[in-house]
Amino acid sequence: MQELAQAVVGGLASGGIYASLALAIVLIYRSTGVVNFAQGEMATFTTFVCWSLLHHDVSKWLAFGLTLAIAFAGGVALERTIVRPVEQASPAVVVILTIGLLVGLNGLTTAIWSAEVKEFPSAFPERSVEVAGVPVSWQDIGIVGVTLVAVAALAVFFRYTKLGLGLRAAAVNPEASRLVGVRVGWMLALGWGLAATLGALSGILIAPIVSLEPTMMQGVLLYALAAAVLGGLDSPVGAVVGGLALGVGINLLGTYVDAVDANLELAVALLVILAVLLVRPSGLLGRPAVSRV
Amino acid sequence: MRRYVFAVAWRVAALAALAIAILVLPRYVGVFRANQFALVGIFFIALLGLNIVTGHAGQISLAHGAFMAIGGYTTAILVSGGPTLGEPLNLWPNALEGGVRDLWTIPLAGLAAALAGFLFALPALRLTGLYLALATFAIAVATPAVLAKPAEITGGSRGIQLFGLPELSGKGFEQVGFLGHDVPFEDFVYYVTWLIAAALFAAAWLMLNGRIGRAFRAVRDSEVAAAASGVNPAAYKTLAFAVSAFYAGVAGSLYVILNWGAAPRSFPVLLSIQLLIGLVVAGLGSLGTLVLGALFIQFLPEAIRRSGDLGLLPDALQRWGDEPGAPNVVFGAVLVTLVLLLPTGAAGLPRRAAAALTSRRYSQS
Repeated sequence: MQELAQAVVGGLASGGIYASLALAIVLIYRSTGVVNFAQGEMATFTTFVCWSLLHHDVSKWLAFGLTLAIAFAGGVALERTIVRPVEQASPAVVVILTIGLLVGLNGLTTAIWSAEVKEFPSAFPERSVEVAGVPVSWQDIGIVGVTLVAVAALAVFFRYTKLGLGLRAAAVNPEASRLVGVRVGWMLALGWGLAATLGALSGILIAPIVSLEPTMMQGVLLYALAAAVLGGLDSPVGAVVGGLALGVGINLLGTYVDAVDANLELAVALLVILAVLLVRPSGLLGRPAVSRV
Repeated sequence: MRRYVFAVAWRVAALAALAIAILVLPRYVGVFRANQFALVGIFFIALLGLNIVTGHAGQISLAHGAFMAIGGYTTAILVSGGPTLGEPLNLWPNALEGGVRDLWTIPLAGLAAALAGFLFALPALRLTGLYLALATFAIAVATPAVLAKPAEITGGSRGIQLFGLPELSGKGFEQVGFLGHDVPFEDFVYYVTWLIAAALFAAAWLMLNGRIGRAFRAVRDSEVAAAASGVNPAAYKTLAFAVSAFYAGVAGSLYVILNWGAAPRSFPVLLSIQLLIGLVVAGLGSLGTLVLGALFIQFLPEAIRRSGDLGLLPDALQRWGDEPGAPNVVFGAVLVTLVLLLPTGAAGLPRRAAAALTSRRYSQS
């Protein structure tokens, strides 16, 4: 029983990280209809920026805050300079573009900080507390808590602010939004900025666990893609649900099925992606796509 | 008519010149370069395959590195009879004396990869564009880890080492008999690679210029229109994936033979992406310029290092050229630039230049 509870809590923690990156993917997908394959590498890059800040004796929380701000600015800048010219192009073109970003950012990270593994401090204390007889580490609690706060903040932003309304409008109907005065181009840039910030958050959360190196997000990106697809690529709530479900599911499989080890966990994510795309392409909570032929 | 004859003659001449250049090249370069140009041939074969499925059938694939891995591991397992790190595995009866050796594994590797491509195409038929990119990307990320899983067959994360298996080439490692000559191992692989590449190039040319190629392009341009004219999109997409994976499998097999071994880390996600970059550089759809794409993938890292050494880079970038990540920065930058500026790749460059010069108003659509 205790083993089960621990597996679930551990799964929720890694699921929280997948959820925040999945949410970043969904944010960009909703506003532009594009899956950003560079999301993981953007997160890695900003996490290295954070490492550099910490290395230069910036205090921990200030460094985290600065990193999120830098990530936001970077995301906006990327959209304005590189993604903007292909806004109208077919999805395949934009996919290839984000693949180019993936490789380029990976190279840039390696060139600046080298490929060697680095220690990254955790934002949370190392101790653990006992909850109903189950030892739970502060790390796990912190990750789940931060994810939930981020999701709640985003929900409030989208639901109750004028800017959030503009973002939603630009995603649903760009032409009509333009007519009523929403600056659609800047809304897209804002979406990229928010996505980059969420990515940076997931990078900072996971770096202490997997240790910081240029390829650290590649596996996480696959889980996040699986989570986003599972929840529905256009559903933010789905991304969170999908992320948590995937985290718990994979952790349970790893704990109770001997055949599933670290090597096969990636394959589980692959199977989830294939199965969902085939059986229910809109995911658990997404809206089915309708196209006129 | 005369124009057509000239065009054909020009192409035949260019092809013959290329063939002669490939044939005599090892006489003028050392084994190190022969090794590199063998790799160019391997990338060329993989690009031929990727071009069939992505360039002609219009199905984006980020999984060709994974298909290469399947071909490569097939060869490694067949040649070694299992990982040599632990106990040799007795998967094959002694009638084959410890496993199928040598070059006979290359077509088998192609077939194994083709089977994988076929099996993947069955579900992937229903995916288009973005979702296909997602699924193939997932395959590229997951395959190396999955290959490491059955450690008693694939040698786990350390892979299979073929070094010291003299049967690999027939005569030991230094000198190999080839058409009555003793040549260095690298030259041997070089010639085998380019012979296979020439045969596969001809096969691809025939296929793409015939009924099948037309059907591929019909499916790419409009599935509805293709179906209305009696082309079965599902069947042709599956065919494109299987044939394309066959090419990748052959390339992977040669890759493993050249490198004397297979390991999960020889087939990273980056390999699949590099192939896609090579294809975009060469221009989707065109066959001949794929050699340029292969040369680009192989020699870009060295070109960056060299230009740093020769002082071609500005002082500030001098040392940067030696950094391990530098080639990837350029790979990424080239891909982004090409997508933004030159969507038709190197093959489309003359046409676009001509269009820009001859049309009065060069309007961007």
